Amino acid sequence: MRKAFAPLVVVVAALFVSAPYFIAQAPYESTMGLIQKIMYFHVPSWIGMYTAILVCGIASAIYLFQNNTAADRYAVSAAELAVLFGLMGLVTGPLWGRKAWGVWWEWDVRLTSALLLELVFVGYLLVRKYGGPGSEKLAAATALFGFAVAPFVYKSVDIWRTVHPKTSVVPTLPRVMAGPLALTALAFVLLFLVLLTLRVRLAERQAVLDELYLADED
Amino acid sequence: MGFRRMKASRIFRSAVVAIFLALLAAPAALAVQTAPPGQSEYVPIKDLPPTDQMPAAPLLIAAYAFVWVAVLVYLWTIWRRLGKVEAEMRELAQKTSRR
Repeated sequence: MRKAFAPLVVVVAALFVSAPYFIAQAPYESTMGLIQKIMYFHVPSWIGMYTAILVCGIASAIYLFQNNTAADRYAVSAAELAVLFGLMGLVTGPLWGRKAWGVWWEWDVRLTSALLLELVFVGYLLVRKYGGPGSEKLAAATALFGFAVAPFVYKSVDIWRTVHPKTSVVPTLPRVMAGPLALTALAFVLLFLVLLTLRVRLAERQAVLDELYLADED
Repeated sequence: MGFRRMKASRIFRSAVVAIFLALLAAPAALAVQTAPPGQSEYVPIKDLPPTDQMPAAPLLIAAYAFVWVAVLVYLWTIWRRLGKVEAEMRELAQKTSRR
């Protein structure tokens, strides 16, 4: 991962620099017009969050069942990124909704469950920060809960009636719109990998520092 | 002195967490303020008052800008935390070499 880091940063930068051109080339949606172009950052934000939740859930399970501290470092890093990408989705969504629906927020199933999913991972970070000794295990269990809930949040638009578009909309996009969306989705997933690498590096250095403090006490 | 600084830092962190949670709750407050009243007849968009005819561009720019600002702020926090850890490591190494 370390060797691939510099090329990965270059690829992410290239994707984000070229993204505005392809987004500008994409046609306007018939009813929403310009505001619909928020989709090219809004949907990838959630893809980034779900990727982070996947990594956090798997790493938390490995930590819980195998007591692998390296996995725990990946879990805490991915949890932070889940909050970051979730926040992007929660901010860009209302900006789109204000124009498309006439309101910033609607307490429907998709929006509310997405907010709660974000709060689960905020809770994870708060437990890690203020939970004291042994809070890592409790946080890992919280992450597994978030991991289990995430598919319901994704499918909620298909199960319940909501103002939010269904999951079936994205596969029906014409190629001229699906192309830029795929490009920005890839950019966000690779951005997640870049940020994860940096955050895991920080967690590793913190672990080394903790060991040094322990050795110093002895 | 160290204790006072630690206490101030803890208060600062608690304040940051409180502000963050308040920001998450903001959409709820805004929803209460902006929920439109029930409409009884068709109103063409040109007849709406200018305050209700929201232009799309500022919202679009705000969405894209927020994503960029969020990434940059996050990168800055990683850089800051990493610097803090490295400084602490140097301090500890100096302390042990003095013994």
